[in-house]
Amino acid sequence: MILTLAAAGSSWADPAFWVFLAFAAMTVGSAVLVAATRNIVYSAYALLLTFFGVAGLYVFLDADFIAAAQVLVYIGGILVLILFGVMLTNRIHDIHLSNETTHPVTGAIIAGAVFLVLAYVALRTDWELDPRPAVPTSQEIGKAFMGKYLLAFEAASVLLLAALIGAAYLARRGEKE
Amino acid sequence: MDLLLFVRTHLSFLKSWPDWIVYVLVVFVFAFAILNTLVAPLTGISTYIERRLAGRVQYRWGPNRVGFRSLLASLPITRWMARLADKQPFKFLGSKIPGGLLQFAADGLKLFMKEDIVPTGADKMMFKLSPYIVLAGSFAAFAVFPVSHGCSATNLNIGIFYVIAISSLVVPGILMAGWGSANKWSLFGGMRSAAQIVSYEIPVGIALLTTVMLAGTMNMNEIVTAQRSGYGIESAGALGWFAFRYGGLMLIPFLIYFIGGCAEVNRTPFDLPEAESELVSGYHTEYSGFRWSFFFMAEYSNMFAVGAIATTMFLGGPLPPYPVQWTEALFAGMNPNLALILRFTEGFAWFFAKSYFFVLVMIHMRWTLPRYRVDQLMGLCYKVLIPIALTWFVIMCGVKMFRMETTLPRATAAVEAHR
Amino acid sequence: MRFDYVGVLVFLALAVGFVFIGMTAQRIVSRLVRSNKPGAAKLSPYECGEEPVGGTFIRFNIRFYVLALVFIVFDVEIVLLFPWARVFQELYPFYRSVIFWDMVVFVGILALGLAYIWGKGDLEWNRAFRRHLSPAEKVPRPAPRKESP
Repeated sequence: MILTLAAAGSSWADPAFWVFLAFAAMTVGSAVLVAATRNIVYSAYALLLTFFGVAGLYVFLDADFIAAAQVLVYIGGILVLILFGVMLTNRIHDIHLSNETTHPVTGAIIAGAVFLVLAYVALRTDWELDPRPAVPTSQEIGKAFMGKYLLAFEAASVLLLAALIGAAYLARRGEKE
Repeated sequence: MDLLLFVRTHLSFLKSWPDWIVYVLVVFVFAFAILNTLVAPLTGISTYIERRLAGRVQYRWGPNRVGFRSLLASLPITRWMARLADKQPFKFLGSKIPGGLLQFAADGLKLFMKEDIVPTGADKMMFKLSPYIVLAGSFAAFAVFPVSHGCSATNLNIGIFYVIAISSLVVPGILMAGWGSANKWSLFGGMRSAAQIVSYEIPVGIALLTTVMLAGTMNMNEIVTAQRSGYGIESAGALGWFAFRYGGLMLIPFLIYFIGGCAEVNRTPFDLPEAESELVSGYHTEYSGFRWSFFFMAEYSNMFAVGAIATTMFLGGPLPPYPVQWTEALFAGMNPNLALILRFTEGFAWFFAKSYFFVLVMIHMRWTLPRYRVDQLMGLCYKVLIPIALTWFVIMCGVKMFRMETTLPRATAAVEAHR
Repeated sequence: MRFDYVGVLVFLALAVGFVFIGMTAQRIVSRLVRSNKPGAAKLSPYECGEEPVGGTFIRFNIRFYVLALVFIVFDVEIVLLFPWARVFQELYPFYRSVIFWDMVVFVGILALGLAYIWGKGDLEWNRAFRRHLSPAEKVPRPAPRKESP
């Protein structure tokens, strides 16, 4: 896999390639840690590294706006939500809050199958390299929002509205219990 | 000024080095300079200033013993000078040197010598990792601040959006400290702090959005450039700053930003996370010595960062309040190297002065105002700041549209030319 | 463009390195001068000098969770509005006021949501205490004491 990538235009002498490898390793390694560690808080913080690594990979794809949005929404929002969720659990008694492993064999089979499919697709696809120099993405995203994806842009606000009302409903139900 | 180009042209021995090494070196030197001027020593000096101001507000002395005056007074030559200073023409010298100036150095020494305590029952890894995340999150924001005319460590295209994003790293760091300490007050403080920071990120984001809309760019250097002119004047000085544009309409987002910024750095009147009377000292209760000082450094550099963002987005960043052309005309006739240095110094001085002004305001607020109650805090955010910020954003878009509509003949011509 | 982000990496690395060097320096250099006498009392959680009461980890109120949910909604809104704000000036000559009304609809729908949860009382931080009490449980307010003449 790595050799394929190296052949596809990145050279071992290029420092950017090493940085890319570091980010990829960080993403995958911390993702494994999320699943493997028994302490639920460690899982959450391993997820921080995963999110950060993914943001780094976005930068490598020249998608700077998405990278920053990834950090803002996932690390600043979703991760905090998960941590708040941990503090809500009933089983919270001590610092070594653990999560049990259930169905390890079934899980491994499904994950392995998904991995095989994805790897097959990734290896078989004839990836085309865009020779044009990268342009700042925020401007292009804005233009797309106002043009081709206008409906999606407005629909997003309806989705957010639904999420907001759902959150409020959850809160009301949670308090009655 | 393009940093890379500047270094390349002025330091000839770097010419044969590859681009990326030179770039990393330049940014490293830049970052190191910021760390050793705007973060670490500034924290010490700010604590001294804060305690002196607190003394003034509360009608007491503040630190006044450990300082240059007592240090100098012990040397024979300064005794002679002091005697000289007592003579009438030099009298002002003796009375103007403030005491206690070395207090922060003594404090630093004390922190360095303190016992490093990790409480029993604490999650050691979380406890020790937390300062890294908190400091990284608050320091990384400095990468895009235009500290002088067109001069920032990296000229990111998404500038202000990057600042908002990377500072959100602080929240998990704070929760980490609260969780890892295994102390209920730390955990309460961490939870409250996180809830407060994320809540106030919304009005802050919308207020900054207003400026981005007016400037039409997120790049911080370009936002500064957009504030050079205003009210139809090419080089408008203070009138071009976004806070004073559109007949003062932009003062509202500016105010919302500053209130939200104060809340995001957990300063009084929003210092519930470390309310001494309820929670001992918030999420860093269990920290001591040097480990604690990193949290402290992060707090003060965050304060400075709030000031720096307010300065860049609303008060023209490194631009002086007089028209820039005045000093540019002055520097034009000089030796180019000297002019470069003077220009940099001028920009940095204004940037620093404006940013530090906000730190001083925050310090004064801390010793003047009482603390909010938690429901008032959340009410202020969701019922006052967010609705006003959203409404004002729409209003400013309308105003901007009206302005563009009135100048449209030119714009239409531009469109025609484009086609 | 991705070149610019090397600077970000340098800043992050420098901050981490700064903490690391500081902690290492404290561990090595100040070992000579600082005291190191841990004790059970010293290492216990600090609760103003009292013996710690009860466990540390309690179950937090759900409102923290809901607050984070509401935050994410508005956060995503801001993220989506940033590209809009970036191109408003640029695209105005092409789209005229359409681009403005697009944004107004977007913000308006969310403002509707905010108004809804505001009206339903979900923005009240203290509501939990009031709702839980049934009328029978409510402590009657003491009758105003008559001032003796």
